[in-house]
Amino acid sequence: MLQVLLALIPGTLVMTYFFGWGILFNIVLSVFFAVSLEALALLIRKRPVLVFLGDFSAIVTGWLFALSLPPLIPWWIVLVGIFFAIIIAKQLYGGLGYNPFNPAMVGFAVLIISFPLEMGLWLKATSFAEQSFGFIDSLRIVFGANMSPDWDAITMPTPLDAVKTGLLTGMDYTEIVRKSRYLSDSFSNTWMWSGLAFAAGGIWLLYKKIIHWQIPVALLLSLLFFSVVFHLYSPQHYASPVLHMLSGATMLGAFFIATDPVSASTTPLGKLIYGAGIGVFIYIIRVWGSYPDAMAFSVLIMNMAVPMIDYYTQPRVLGHKRKVDL
Amino acid sequence: MTSRKLWRFHGGVHPPFHKEESNQLASEFAGIPAQLVIPMQQHIGEAAEAVVKAGDKVYKGQKIAVADHHGISANIHAPTSGKISAIEERVLPHPSGLPGLCIVLDSDGKDDWGDCKLTPYSDYQNTEVSELLQRIRESGIVGLGGAAFPTAVKVSGSLNKAVSTLIINGAECEPYITCDDRLMRERSAEIIEGIKILQYMIDPQECLIGIEDNKPEAIEAMSKACETEENIEVVTIPTIYPSGGEKQLIKILTGKEVPAGGLPLDIGILGQNVATVYSIYQAVVKGIPLISRLLTVTGNGIQRPQNFEVLNGTPISYLAERAGGYTKMAEYLIMGGPMMGFALRDDHIPVVKASNCTLFVSSTVLNESNSAYPDQPTLPCIRCGKCMDACPLNLLPQQLYWHIRARDFERAESHNLKDCIECGACSYVCPSHIPLVNYYRFAKGEIREQTETQEKARRARQRHEFLEFRKAREKREREEKRAAHKAALQKKKQAAAKARAATNGAAGDASDSKADAIKAAMQRVKAKKQARAQQAKKQTKEQTKPTKDAPGINK
Amino acid sequence: MIAAILVLTGLALLFGLILGYASVRFKVEGDPIADKIDSLLPQTQCGQCGYPGCRPYAEALAKGEAPINLCPPGGETTMLALADLLDVEPLELDEEANKQPEVPEVAFIIEEDCIGCTLCIQACPVDAIVGSAKHIHTVIESECTGCKLCLPPCPVDCIIMKPLKISPNNWKWKPPHSIEKDYPVIPSSTESELEESV
Repeated sequence: MLQVLLALIPGTLVMTYFFGWGILFNIVLSVFFAVSLEALALLIRKRPVLVFLGDFSAIVTGWLFALSLPPLIPWWIVLVGIFFAIIIAKQLYGGLGYNPFNPAMVGFAVLIISFPLEMGLWLKATSFAEQSFGFIDSLRIVFGANMSPDWDAITMPTPLDAVKTGLLTGMDYTEIVRKSRYLSDSFSNTWMWSGLAFAAGGIWLLYKKIIHWQIPVALLLSLLFFSVVFHLYSPQHYASPVLHMLSGATMLGAFFIATDPVSASTTPLGKLIYGAGIGVFIYIIRVWGSYPDAMAFSVLIMNMAVPMIDYYTQPRVLGHKRKVDL
Repeated sequence: MTSRKLWRFHGGVHPPFHKEESNQLASEFAGIPAQLVIPMQQHIGEAAEAVVKAGDKVYKGQKIAVADHHGISANIHAPTSGKISAIEERVLPHPSGLPGLCIVLDSDGKDDWGDCKLTPYSDYQNTEVSELLQRIRESGIVGLGGAAFPTAVKVSGSLNKAVSTLIINGAECEPYITCDDRLMRERSAEIIEGIKILQYMIDPQECLIGIEDNKPEAIEAMSKACETEENIEVVTIPTIYPSGGEKQLIKILTGKEVPAGGLPLDIGILGQNVATVYSIYQAVVKGIPLISRLLTVTGNGIQRPQNFEVLNGTPISYLAERAGGYTKMAEYLIMGGPMMGFALRDDHIPVVKASNCTLFVSSTVLNESNSAYPDQPTLPCIRCGKCMDACPLNLLPQQLYWHIRARDFERAESHNLKDCIECGACSYVCPSHIPLVNYYRFAKGEIREQTETQEKARRARQRHEFLEFRKAREKREREEKRAAHKAALQKKKQAAAKARAATNGAAGDASDSKADAIKAAMQRVKAKKQARAQQAKKQTKEQTKPTKDAPGINK
Repeated sequence: MIAAILVLTGLALLFGLILGYASVRFKVEGDPIADKIDSLLPQTQCGQCGYPGCRPYAEALAKGEAPINLCPPGGETTMLALADLLDVEPLELDEEANKQPEVPEVAFIIEEDCIGCTLCIQACPVDAIVGSAKHIHTVIESECTGCKLCLPPCPVDCIIMKPLKISPNNWKWKPPHSIEKDYPVIPSSTESELEESV
């Protein structure tokens, strides 16, 4: 688990650079709440607290959850989300190793459905120096109740969000790209940099054999396949593959979230199917669903299918002619 | 040594070798302990039956127990000369710690063969195969790689089948164990001779000796010894645990897979351990039955780890003393290696034919080799899949673990629990220190017991149903008998009445006379009774009359 | 509106006909549920359930006349299996009446005391005792189910129950230490049974 945290650092740093202190606050709050709630739950369940906290799983959940939240989101929203993630989706199912659903994604799903407005308020991604809010101001926004800034002035839709609203209003894709601050020039596509940073962390995890290659590769390939096919079919109505691959939570999800071993498929073939399924659902929900980004829902949907996938993809045992008779 | 094509099996792990501790010194004879304890059951199949009794004097090599005729079994011979002190229950080197029948032999130190050495075959190439097979059977040779399956049975099963490859297992993949390594270095010529005996008997197309590449000296010694042999080849295989498992070694050397639930013979392959082959040589060429073997005494709990030639039945405490005694770190005594061995409770337990290593270790060393002996707490399974990556049979240890925890043994069986060879690779890699192999051993025992109970219940139901049937049948028979008897009686009466009616006139006198006779008899009896009654009355009257003639009464 | 009613009525009639035909055409002879129940029972034939043997109890269960918790030799496992098969709630087993020995027991006749009266032979529900009038009787160990029905009839009290000998051939590994054992939460009755077996 420690390796996972280390692999998250490059991506986190990049996001902090572009979005400001809010990202770090989210992470600190999220991890703090996660660890405290987990300790509380363990105490109630009469388990040894330190032993279970020592595997850092709560910290990883908190961190990943935080990275999916927009900066400067009020602290109590973070608490609600973490509560659902740790207590409901993890501890109530039996704690580490027993949860069928990815806890961080459960928390995110609850928040995006309950607080769609706050969850959509992503700041302008500018360089660190040009941030609208300094350290103290950010603190005030996060913890204060009345200091609501003029959101309209400072927020910007994420690239996926812009693409979605644009397409819905009938704009052509090339037009959207031209209009969008992010997408007009790939170097100022700050989202792309964070995607690449997370991918770098993910590749390091692969190298260290912390995760298996099947899930990230299957997820990215299936997403790539669909986005390429549709973009070639109609470049005006479907976003480019690069956007799909590097924006939003794709890289973070492929390497860190979907590979959560507890809720993912276990057999090698099963992992491929699981990853591919998530990729398919990401594409479907992004293009035809109501939400601009779809990582959480796709992962949760495939979590439901995992027992069946595992059952039907048992590998061939030495000495058996083909796969096990079911 | 040629560069043959080799295959790989799925999974496998690389635990630290720990071979240097014990493979530097040449093996030495351990000596003759004062008392040897020889279990009757030290092989797969039926226990042998003792043919000596307490008080008997035996010579070295004398047969002291014969193979059971009713199944697969093996003879047992006295490892040294001495006197049988008892035949009693002693603790066995078995994970259960249960006692079993053992022959206790007090050695006399003379190590006298008497006339018990078997006649060596000087020219086995011109001997009948059946005679050689009989010699192997007579010598009580069993598989010394650990399984202890009687070799004569294994070889005889292959005599009529076409064996394409004879595989000699010199892999010795488990950490710490080095007895096969030393045997190959020191007695390679004899091993090759043993192989040739087997080749003569079975006539395989080729013979391959698989040795892991962390034993370069053994590879060299064996290669040199079979330089002139055309059909024998030493193959160096990459060191990975468990490449010494029979199925795994066959896969590596030939690419073929033993069918599940089947034997290597089904695909034309016969496998033998190097030590077994050496014992075959000893039996055929030297006339020495199986009474000793090389054994590794090692671990950080013993002062001088090394290999010994050990007599069957030597107590482990004797070996520990010979190896310099215990160090402060001796916490566990493991029979076998750290991956597949089992812990023993005390060191008076004897070694048996299949024992290849006694490991004295501290718990920290054991934790690093096999988390199935945890002093570290087990954490929950995080479904990381490392166990699945390590399994040499491509099983799903994780699923087996979850199903067995839920006591769902049917599901566990459907995930091929039966194919598990209990190698311990999965427990070794588990980051949560879950003793996975213990779960599988537990489940196999439960399933075996369930099958036995079901079989017993089926027999009980059958017997009960037959009992009901038998009782009903008896009742029916009784009824029938009674009815038949009644009917017969009725018939008789009817016949009599008919006869009477029919012969009323002529035979009327006859029947009448019968009836008259009865009547007359009855009247006679009546008259007799009346007479007796009157007599009795008279007597009582006389008695009550007072008589002058009987003065005695009145006085 | 009328059309909808007519269509639905027609469908109902059609499916009713199909089901009726199937229930006649594919009817299974006998009472298979009783067979299934009987295959779950331990076949000890001891009569502790109040029925003269396992088959009568199975048939009573099939008719729904008997509760599922009457079988002590079957214990918790059998009761749960029956609950599963018959789709009823698991019931509490009577603690006292259900005390089963740790290791299975078989009857043993002390042959010095046996007078050859055959009363035990008549009592055994599986014919596991060999002997005849005025000859010593003995129990066939492999067929004895441990039902104890032979102990009361013996006039000289020469039958005892002996535990089955555990040898390395029929020994089982214990359930392995698992983290849940250290921290039992609210134990279900199966959990506490497992606790005791360790």
